[in-house]
Amino acid sequence: MMNMKKWVLALTSSVVLLSQSAFALDIQTWKTSNGVEVLFVESHDLPMIDVRLAFKAGSSRDGDLYGISRLVNALIVEGTGDYSSEDVAENFESVGAELGHDSLRDMAFVSLRSLSDKQAWEKVVDLFARVSALPSFPLDAIERDRKSMLISLANREKEIGDVAEDTFYKNLYKNHVYKVGRAGTKQTMQAITQKNLSDFHSKYYVANNATLALMGDLTLDQAKQYAEQITQYLKAGQKASPIEAVKMAEQGGTIKVPFKTSQTHIIQGLPVMKRGDDDYYALYLGNHILGGSGFSSRLMQEIRENRGLSYSVYSYFLPMESNGPFQMALQTKNHQVDEASQLLNQMLVDFIKDGPTDAEIDHSKKNITGSFPLKIDSNNKIVEYLSLIGFYDLPLDYLDSFNANILKVTSEDIKDAFSRRVKPEQLIRVIVGEAS
Amino acid sequence: MIKNLFLFLTLFTVLPLQANTVESILENGMKIIVREDHRAPVVASQVWYRIGSTYEYDGITGVSHVLEHMMFKGTKKLKPGDFSEIIAANGGSDNAFTSHDFTGYHQRIASDRLEICLELEADRMRNVIFLQEEFNKELAVVQEERRWRVDNKPKSKLFEQFYATAFLSSPKRIPVIGWMGDLESLEMKDAADWYQQWYAPNNATLVVVGDVDSNEVIKLAKKYFAKLKPSDIKPPKLRPEIAQTGERRIKLYGQTASPYMIMGYKTPVLVGNKDKVKDIYALDVMSAILDGGSSARIAKNMLRGTEIAADAGTSYDPFDRLSGLFLFAGTPSEGVKPEQLEQAFKSEIKDLQDTPVTSKELERVKAQVIASKVFERDSMFYTGMQIGMLDSVGLDWRILDTYVDDIRSITAEDVQRVAKEYFDSSQLTVATLWPEQESK
Repeated sequence: MMNMKKWVLALTSSVVLLSQSAFALDIQTWKTSNGVEVLFVESHDLPMIDVRLAFKAGSSRDGDLYGISRLVNALIVEGTGDYSSEDVAENFESVGAELGHDSLRDMAFVSLRSLSDKQAWEKVVDLFARVSALPSFPLDAIERDRKSMLISLANREKEIGDVAEDTFYKNLYKNHVYKVGRAGTKQTMQAITQKNLSDFHSKYYVANNATLALMGDLTLDQAKQYAEQITQYLKAGQKASPIEAVKMAEQGGTIKVPFKTSQTHIIQGLPVMKRGDDDYYALYLGNHILGGSGFSSRLMQEIRENRGLSYSVYSYFLPMESNGPFQMALQTKNHQVDEASQLLNQMLVDFIKDGPTDAEIDHSKKNITGSFPLKIDSNNKIVEYLSLIGFYDLPLDYLDSFNANILKVTSEDIKDAFSRRVKPEQLIRVIVGEAS
Repeated sequence: MIKNLFLFLTLFTVLPLQANTVESILENGMKIIVREDHRAPVVASQVWYRIGSTYEYDGITGVSHVLEHMMFKGTKKLKPGDFSEIIAANGGSDNAFTSHDFTGYHQRIASDRLEICLELEADRMRNVIFLQEEFNKELAVVQEERRWRVDNKPKSKLFEQFYATAFLSSPKRIPVIGWMGDLESLEMKDAADWYQQWYAPNNATLVVVGDVDSNEVIKLAKKYFAKLKPSDIKPPKLRPEIAQTGERRIKLYGQTASPYMIMGYKTPVLVGNKDKVKDIYALDVMSAILDGGSSARIAKNMLRGTEIAADAGTSYDPFDRLSGLFLFAGTPSEGVKPEQLEQAFKSEIKDLQDTPVTSKELERVKAQVIASKVFERDSMFYTGMQIGMLDSVGLDWRILDTYVDDIRSITAEDVQRVAKEYFDSSQLTVATLWPEQESK
């Protein structure tokens, strides 16, 4: 089974393509009777089931009430019908099941991990359906969660990494719904009423605005039956309207935030990519070389390995429903800020101008294609991918065709995509620290 | 009754799956542990060294972690950075971790590339070369890591100083990343000497989890590691913690909007305490009774109930090498003082001392342990971590397989007994964090 005689040979061998056909995802998909799109992968290796029910109900739907999406999402576990917070928790935990939930800018989800054992699963599946569709929004729980979120919000203003990120988004998305994240603002968090919460829920936590990812120890027949059960209390409702495109500022700029610290945080970037974007693979591969591949990346090599300027330095594109950010970041001690910031910028400018070398492309293609099986080596990762594919309407063969799409990208494609999409004059740069 | 039957049946589905793990020891003393898991054509490969911050002493704190960084900086055969480049070119990812009791190096890679990892790890077990220029840069990187992880995070600073207060003579007081003053004066020779002293096959364990044949892995491990010479490894001096005879308190002021508090009681660990196994698992159950989910007592009584805390929890680790602490920590609600939070934690302890926990609570904890044993197996990396952590502190990894039974054997009386025995105020250390403006 071990056929590599020398690892030095591995470096010079041609692009690696593993036997994907033997290890591809067989995704089954259908709609429930009330219109929820279901994505399912059957796997009996472990006696467990993962469920992720996602809604277009992230902070981009907050309207004027910044933070409401997160409060709604948190209150899902705080009661339904006659069940109090405690009843809900006791029911799941008494069979070792895990009820989860989270909300981001685009997506809000409710998740479940349970043993597939009949007694465990049947104890929780109906309650999972109820909490997702019919939360009771008890007043005491609203106040409790509101208070706790106000405390975390106050602490965000004291945590340098949060300050840098919040400032970055605020300036990148000045007139766009991505401006304020899920944490909301103090003023709006205080203003949200019980009616606001249940209105938000009734509008967005509905069948036509939902995707259901199911994974694990179930047959297709069982999955179909349980998908009906999980979604049975959801009202049909309507799909949320598309999020507007981001208007790009002609001119970027630098925002300095004074902060008492021994280490300054720097983030720079701009809004770029939507999910399903035509330039996705060229930008993905290009960024892998620039700052997306850990120790191998140019940023890490130059800024950390050659100069010792930062512990962590990276870049990424975050494709979202509307134009998600391209982001580069590092942290360095105060008196090195100018050197590090200029270098970070120059490395981007050089990359856009000259593009990657053939050797870099070859190296990154080997890494990306060779690491394919690691992407889907656990139920946890698979259910996340299913949810992502369903939520963003990605092609069902998104994973299986990923390698082929990466291998098609050329150096010219990367140069072309970067020069069209990442314009240095439009960069927003945020510097949080004492040097400011 | 039905529930008991369910637990019994589930247990049976769990245990036989653990059977496919083999252990082998090479002639030079290196241990190989392989767990086959054929769910995906990948493998987690981890080399563990029995060395970490609890082996360090004043003046060179952080040296184990700095050395971990230097392990990527070249060998007689490889240039700095080559290790990770080769792994990446083969579709793998690699990293390393340092803790109190161990330092580990790991790769995740397609299973037909395991040999590459083993050859590279064998090379750097004995052949690392230390270059002054590389060391200087890496020391600067580690200082940036410390600023990022600790100096800019007041809660992390609080934990660091809390441990240095709770432990006076035990090396448990030493932070893994090291004190900044020590990092500033650390020399390359300190790291190179540390490497010579501790990095040897007889102080290492290879853990492999994944889509492999265990006999093949052992053959491969022999091919690359068997030729390495063992060292004379002297176990570290014991440096036991002095007896605590009264409570200790510290305050810290920092950039935070809300106060935070940590309190901890001295408690034993499995290592070296064979006579206390029952106590140790009872403490583990007690932690789950208090903080094993949203239906557990802290969430029920303190987050809901009195709403005294915005967040709160407990932690107890029975698997450390040196005796440690049973911890309580949390953020008081708006307008609540840390002292009130402390009282609330203490009244939870008192309840456990006065009244046996209910059978419903015990059933819940047991169901969670059984389920989590299944859920954990979803990650090969995590499975490897568990085996490696236990082995590194000198425990038998097979206790993973009996863990469910050990927890199931704990009764309400056991929990009450340990609540009475270990939570005496003379064994208490308390640390509180306050917003800076209140420091006058």
